[in-house]
Amino acid sequence: MSAKKETLGKTVGVVLAVCLVCSIIVSGAAVGLRGLQNTNAALDKKSNILVAAGLAEQAAGDISGTYAKFVEEKFVDLATGEYVANPAEGTGKPYNMYGKVSKAKDTSSKVEGNVGFSRRANIANIYHIKDAAGDVTRVILPIHGSGLWDLMYGFLALDADGNTVRELVYYQHKETPGLGGEIQNPAWQALWNGKKLFNDGEVAIQVKKQAGTQDPYAVDALSGATLTSNGVQNTLSYWAGQNGFGPYLQRQSWKS
Amino acid sequence: MADTKEMKKALFEPILGSNPIALHVLGICSALAITTKLETALVMSLALTAVCAFSNLFISLIRNQIPSSVRIIIQMTIIASLVIVVDQILKAYSYEISKQLSVFVGLIITNCIVMGRAEAYAMKSPPMMSFLDGIGNGLGYSFILIVIATIKELFGFGTILGFEILPLVTNGGWYQGNGLLILPFSSFFLIGGMIWFIRTIRPEQVEPKD
Repeated sequence: MSAKKETLGKTVGVVLAVCLVCSIIVSGAAVGLRGLQNTNAALDKKSNILVAAGLAEQAAGDISGTYAKFVEEKFVDLATGEYVANPAEGTGKPYNMYGKVSKAKDTSSKVEGNVGFSRRANIANIYHIKDAAGDVTRVILPIHGSGLWDLMYGFLALDADGNTVRELVYYQHKETPGLGGEIQNPAWQALWNGKKLFNDGEVAIQVKKQAGTQDPYAVDALSGATLTSNGVQNTLSYWAGQNGFGPYLQRQSWKS
Repeated sequence: MADTKEMKKALFEPILGSNPIALHVLGICSALAITTKLETALVMSLALTAVCAFSNLFISLIRNQIPSSVRIIIQMTIIASLVIVVDQILKAYSYEISKQLSVFVGLIITNCIVMGRAEAYAMKSPPMMSFLDGIGNGLGYSFILIVIATIKELFGFGTILGFEILPLVTNGGWYQGNGLLILPFSSFFLIGGMIWFIRTIRPEQVEPKD
């Protein structure tokens, strides 16, 4: 038996057979479970928006219901800061500013600087948080930029004055656990509450050492994670700036 | 067919007698990383036990067909496929936990326990026994993980499975959480302590001095 085992033909045959069977099983599992996984991913995004909205505790288990009640998705043309219609209207799929539209020439713009990506979509999906009376209480902006290892994706929640930060929630990143990964630490996230993005129309927010709690324009950098902190700084500088949500925040389109 | 006594031995011996972590010191990496909370440790234990049992079963089924020149690659292929399936199932049915486990589910592929049992046991043994051996070793791994995760979560966060047992000072209670136990490397001390403990009650595991 052992003599037969070692012929070249048999070796190749066994390897091919194993590969074939394994690939069928893996692809079967991936395709079969995709629907459920997508549902989960969508739900996860909603729950992160609710965290940014400060509604996570109120939502308890009912994420979809709370989301439907308080959150309204809007689409903003970043260049003008005005609302536009859903660009993905009629396609049956949700608009994803990080998907194909952020690469295609006609739907995206080149990005200058060190924020970590070379093109961004022209239209962003942002979220209004409304109170029971229908007034906008918070605006939630999607932001992303490179950390130490990879792009970090998060939501920045602002008060209706378009200046005061309420939450900075990162939901997807590959930073080192315990160091850069501390951007998800609730204690650090809490530092952002009440900080101001702009001073006299200029982007003034800073992530720096020993910022203290008094300075409304500065947040303590993460110790041991200088590059991640720099990444957060670059991300905010870009998205609050003229190429990001700057025009939108100046117009304060949600007030009209 | 193996008798019941042998089957029992394959199933329960790895829990204390030849524990993969405590005696063979395999799979330490994941034991350090995911034992901060009991819930993740439980899911990881379940995932590893499933992967180990089924990889042993499948490898044992085709053990007479596997050419020895490529046997490691074939073992890896089977283990990797199983791990991907487990990862997909976790993403579909328990998304939150799969996010917390992040890379560690994928790293089951490189967990020495799975590969070690496949090479050392499943290549020589009939399928049923290999399957039991896989479950047994998974249980041995789970045993250590659950003990350590319980200690870490209880004394680090004052909770068990998220339920408050020792009310923390920060929440208005009296218990000051042990910050060291929240960090991954504290498992080193705990695993070391467990190895000490197991070898004290089972002195035959102590290695002879050089």
